[in-house]
Amino acid sequence: MGVGIEVINLNAWYGSNHTLQDINLNIPANHATALIGPSGCGKSTFVRCINRMHETNPIARVTGTIRIGELDIYENAKPVEIRRRVGMVFQRPNPFPTMSIYDNVAAGLKLNGYSNHRALDEIVEKSLKNSALWDEVKDDLKKKSGASLSGGQQQRLCIARALAVDPEVLLMDEPASALDPVSTSKIEDLIFQLKSQYTIVIVTHNMQQAARVAEKTGFFLNGRMVEFDATHKIFTNPSDKRTEDYITGRFG
Amino acid sequence: MVLCAFSIFGIVVLIVWQLVVHSQLAWNKFGLSFFYQVFTDSYTQQKLYWDPVNEHFSALPFIFGTLVSSFLALLMAVPLAVGLAIFLTEMCPTVLRGPLAFLTELLAAIPSVIYGLWAVFVLVPLLREHVNPLLIRWLGWTGLVGNDNPTGLGFLAAGVILAIMILPIISSLTREVMTAVPHSQREAVLALGATRWEMIRMAVLRNARIGIVGAIILGLGRALGETMAVTMVIGNSPEIHRSLLANGSSMASVIANEYAEASADMHLSALTEIGLALFIVTIIVNAIAQLLVWAVTRGTPRSAR
Amino acid sequence: MNVETYRTRSIMRALTDRAVTALAILATALVVAPLVAIFIYLVYRGASSLNLAFFTQVPKPVGEPGGGMANAILGSGILLALASSIGVPIGIGGGIYLAEFGRGTKLANAVRFTADVLNGVPSIVMGVAIYALIVNPQKHYSAFSGGVALGIMMIPTVCRTTEEMLLMVPHAVREAALGLGVPNWRSVLSITVKTASPGIITGCMLAFARVAGETAPLIFTALGNQFWSTSLNDPIAALPLQIYVYAISPYDDWHRLAWAGALVLIILIVLAVSLVRFVTSRGVLKGAS
Repeated sequence: MGVGIEVINLNAWYGSNHTLQDINLNIPANHATALIGPSGCGKSTFVRCINRMHETNPIARVTGTIRIGELDIYENAKPVEIRRRVGMVFQRPNPFPTMSIYDNVAAGLKLNGYSNHRALDEIVEKSLKNSALWDEVKDDLKKKSGASLSGGQQQRLCIARALAVDPEVLLMDEPASALDPVSTSKIEDLIFQLKSQYTIVIVTHNMQQAARVAEKTGFFLNGRMVEFDATHKIFTNPSDKRTEDYITGRFG
Repeated sequence: MVLCAFSIFGIVVLIVWQLVVHSQLAWNKFGLSFFYQVFTDSYTQQKLYWDPVNEHFSALPFIFGTLVSSFLALLMAVPLAVGLAIFLTEMCPTVLRGPLAFLTELLAAIPSVIYGLWAVFVLVPLLREHVNPLLIRWLGWTGLVGNDNPTGLGFLAAGVILAIMILPIISSLTREVMTAVPHSQREAVLALGATRWEMIRMAVLRNARIGIVGAIILGLGRALGETMAVTMVIGNSPEIHRSLLANGSSMASVIANEYAEASADMHLSALTEIGLALFIVTIIVNAIAQLLVWAVTRGTPRSAR
Repeated sequence: MNVETYRTRSIMRALTDRAVTALAILATALVVAPLVAIFIYLVYRGASSLNLAFFTQVPKPVGEPGGGMANAILGSGILLALASSIGVPIGIGGGIYLAEFGRGTKLANAVRFTADVLNGVPSIVMGVAIYALIVNPQKHYSAFSGGVALGIMMIPTVCRTTEEMLLMVPHAVREAALGLGVPNWRSVLSITVKTASPGIITGCMLAFARVAGETAPLIFTALGNQFWSTSLNDPIAALPLQIYVYAISPYDDWHRLAWAGALVLIILIVLAVSLVRFVTSRGVLKGAS
């Protein structure tokens, strides 16, 4: 089951660029939350702070507090531990090309020392079913490589890979921006099904997508969070002028 | 321009043609047995491989010496080179990366004869005084290190200097193929909760392994053909010994040593045939290595790697 | 899996990570330390042996102290001039073909592949081939044959570096030239090659420095010479060859000269490598765009 995320006074830098400034918000458990905004507004940086991927770049820096459930991730936790509890799906599908479909899904489990074959089989099947890929790949799980799938299938494989370690939070950084419309709608259906079990944070530049899948939406602009509210409110009656400009397309 | 480009093929044809023509004499006399025959000394009844005076020519001891010294070199160089490459691409602070990369580049450019010079005056005495006695005491029972050669020269000395010489090549190519692994692969593994080593193992080494094998084979190609430094420390005797501390000779070193002094046609022809064999082997080894490295770095211009 | 085994497993994973990091650092130290030691030792021995006489005198007979390698330096200069006059034009021509006219064609790929493979052919084999081609029919060793051997060895290196430098020229520069209505071959020659020329020149420097240290192909072509000689038809001295002969000789005076010679070669190589690095990394080419 998912847990909530509490963000207090988060600031992030990329070299001398102050990419996130004083972000405060509460992301509810077991819901989908969308983050929208023009490119370069800091929304990707924000999700990368939630699983501490931001700091893998040597020139990046973060201050402030993020709590996932009870755990203060910058205070008393190791990045490795956090990333196991917070799954991530990237903008471009990045399956491991040298591994079979099965091994792709099992990769995270094997890191954690799962060696029981029956248990592995079960989890792989469950994850692939959860990501709506099972029926398409069940016949050549161990024969085909992860790179042999189509782009949309690859992205669902990456979702299965993230789900297999049973995370509490699932971060999605523009998961459909590199995909065709049919694959995109499959991913959106998937998010709809998954959000009852996981806390999902999805970054998107596609406002319709945010409106379709998310209960809550945050609007980012120039490194600041302008507005965070229920999705229908953001899209029908935003309280900030800048949000209104953006969603009505009068922006920039 | 096209002619200039074609000259590359011309060079290969030229080398093959000259080597084939001038090794005919030995080839006609010995055929394939040139590469494995063993003679017997008529007085001492001992095995004999290479005796220009009596026209006994067998490439066997040189093939043996080349293989043993190159294998020793790979054994020592590969773990260090891969370790260095991992450190430089994945762990090294950015300030150190430039100077270290520059240093390895520089060392790859130092001529063989200078490594040989250093080996003769520093490495060989070091082996003779300190390393070999220890090896004999600890590993003498294996028979791989005998104490009948007090000079410090031999297969081991050749192997060590070869290892030092091929290290920069293997390491910089390994670095190149490791850098070619897309960043997204590293992120995918890290996001699953992997430690840095697990990330290197699953994302970097696994994706780059073909290229790394290519880099190692390219290092092998260099070791097989390396001439001057080996000639200066291998001891130069056409014999086969079990002991790694014994004097030996390699394909390249026998050519360097004897070609200028050889006067008999058969002797020259036999040396040329060794050269031809060396050429064919290194061409094959290099071609394989190049294909493997290209398979990984294809599409990325060198400046971006 | 229960919590206890999971925790043990996490600790093991963290420890493995530390251990591997330590091993990588150890490997780096094991590689860098001896290499730096070699380098410092070479500079130290060379610097303490180098003097003016090294550059002005010819070798003295065994037993007489002093002497230098002036004839070997001159000999290397002659050999390299001959080698460059063969290797540089042909190599640059081939490189221009690869980068500009034959890009993407099967023929260009085959040339590129062959050049890379040829780069790995042992230089001693080149010596044997040139011996068979030139020395054997002429029945005597000569500077000419040595220069040809070195020149042929330069071709693949110059060819490939030229290609790489040309590929670094920004696309916009080519387009600008073509946009002026200049035919392709003129735009290549006058604009692209000119833009890349600092890179091409340093690439040639690098090839030059590489063959300057080559010994193996000279042993039975240029042979070496204890005296002044400038004739292309006679054996000639060369720096690396002299280092080799002196290094394996039993005389201390000769060893001293060998170290000094090694230092001279190394300085040449350090200059070339630094220059290449400067040109490729500082983006001298980009300044032109």
